[in-house]
Amino acid sequence: MTTARYTRRKHKSTLWMGLCIGATVFGLTWLVLVLGTLLYKGFEGFSVAVFTQMTPPPGSDGGLLNAIFGSIVMTFAGVAVGSPIGILAGTYMAEYGRHAKLTSVVRFINDILLSAPSIIVGLFVYTVLVAPVGHFSALAGAASLAVIVIPVVTRTTEDMLLLVPNQLREAASALGLPRAVVIRKIAYKAARAGMITGILLAVARVSGETAPLLFTALNNQFWSMDLSKPMSSLPAVIFQFALSPYADWQRLAWVGALLITFAVLALSILARTLSGRNAT
Amino acid sequence: MSGAPVPLTLFRFVRFPLTHVDFMTDATATMAFDAALAQRMKVLRKLRLNDMFFAALTRAAAYFVLLLLGAVFISLIFGGREAAMKFGLGFLSSQSWNPVTENFGGLAPIYGTIVTSFIAMLIAVPVGLGIAIFLTETCPPVLRRPIGTAVELLAGIPSIIYGIWGLFVFAPFLQRTLQPTLIDAFANIPVLNTLFAGPPYGIGMLTASFILAIMVLPFITAVARDVFDTVPPMLKEAAYGVGCTRWEVVSSIVVPYTRVGIIGGVMLALGRALGETMAVTFVIGNAHKIAPSLFAPGTTISATIANEFTEAVGDVYTSSLILLGLILFVITFIVLALARLLLYRLEKQGGTK
Repeated sequence: MTTARYTRRKHKSTLWMGLCIGATVFGLTWLVLVLGTLLYKGFEGFSVAVFTQMTPPPGSDGGLLNAIFGSIVMTFAGVAVGSPIGILAGTYMAEYGRHAKLTSVVRFINDILLSAPSIIVGLFVYTVLVAPVGHFSALAGAASLAVIVIPVVTRTTEDMLLLVPNQLREAASALGLPRAVVIRKIAYKAARAGMITGILLAVARVSGETAPLLFTALNNQFWSMDLSKPMSSLPAVIFQFALSPYADWQRLAWVGALLITFAVLALSILARTLSGRNAT
Repeated sequence: MSGAPVPLTLFRFVRFPLTHVDFMTDATATMAFDAALAQRMKVLRKLRLNDMFFAALTRAAAYFVLLLLGAVFISLIFGGREAAMKFGLGFLSSQSWNPVTENFGGLAPIYGTIVTSFIAMLIAVPVGLGIAIFLTETCPPVLRRPIGTAVELLAGIPSIIYGIWGLFVFAPFLQRTLQPTLIDAFANIPVLNTLFAGPPYGIGMLTASFILAIMVLPFITAVARDVFDTVPPMLKEAAYGVGCTRWEVVSSIVVPYTRVGIIGGVMLALGRALGETMAVTFVIGNAHKIAPSLFAPGTTISATIANEFTEAVGDVYTSSLILLGLILFVITFIVLALARLLLYRLEKQGGTK
């Protein structure tokens, strides 16, 4: 009788553990399916023209040059504005205000901003930077990306600075270095790899963002380098082209999707290897 | 990690240049001393100013983060005030969405947001926990890193990619296979035949929920793995020692021990699911009505905003969309705040142990 009970318990355990393996297979299947489709459909429409020509009107050939350019410009601008603010805020939390009340409040709010819906950020920037001016602009697009960058960089900067051993700071202070110099020359240097990881993750995060760009930078069929005008971006073009009824537009949307996914994945893998080396 | 060498130039500021003064006559010595002292005070003042400036700058950046959240709230309230005043609380209970008569109500999108997120969690929570259990308990160490990374990559794929994939690959697949099967299978079962009623469009609430589930899966797995790792090995070993099977260890030691963290992770994922925009926009169908069938097209708050905002004509229309955004923000804020508070409480416990 006891043997029967043992067998039952064992079977139950095997069954549940098998289900856990099943869950893992289930999860990984989606990754394979999504990436597989992207590769298949993306390479189908791939050509040099993608990098040399502008987005076409329906029915004619073209590329994604203006969209690629717009994405790079706005991502760069957003990160250039957002990451210094994030680094400074993270510095305050880990260095000056480590035990301050403000720090725990900021950490809480920052963590909420970190997962807040990005479309809300778009609405916010729209009411602040688009509606008063009266027109959409690449600047507003970059600003909305910056708002998304700030919490990511703040979080990683704080985490990475907290990993720096206190002895290092104490040794530097004992030499008579002022606090600001200790932070900038000692703590930043020790946490550099981690902080760069944070910025890379932020780049990866915003380069795929679509929702906040839809009603800030809008979109642009043509080549534009003017930051005060609407600017094209890969995600916005994918959105527009994929939902269109034209086959050649849909083909370009898949190419764009392939480009953006692999850029993002490459960035996050790079960030991961950087931080992995730092952690060990 | 290596301690960076202190640049030698910095010592210039702090060294007291006294050594050569001792051998001079009193008068010159005093003068030299005063000059050196003055010089030193000047340098120190500069350093102190520099220090204060940098401290103030970082503090300002920290306040800026707070300000940002406040500004988001205020701007949404400001943008949505017109609709809020026109429709009042009725906005929350009205299903009408008519740009022509400018009569708007948010019930359909709010319903869609909550239902799709709820179904997504029903799928994602067991699967996400299953993956975490597999990775921490039974996975061979060689595979742990690659599988872990692969699951995290799911979180790295931009949301619009899930959207385009869902629209062109997944929705047609569901339309051909799962949906007709379910409609036929449940045709004569009372409740289920309304939940799974035809026609199979492919796109709709259920498809959106599926895509959402895939997207939030990695968040649940990540948090669950982290908290599973906090279970003291002694507890597990003791359980194995009295003869527990692997599943019994997981279900009566690991999961109860990490309960709070799991709930926090689930709430975090829920917060993500509620606000997810692009993926849902592609596959939900954007229909402003509440249908009992899960196969019917619907809409969510974020999908409505993404689809209609740039085309919205007139102040009331725009304002209604911003008001919807405010509602979404309040909902996600509450969910995310609860999630964070739970996870902080856990961190604090871990710290005092």
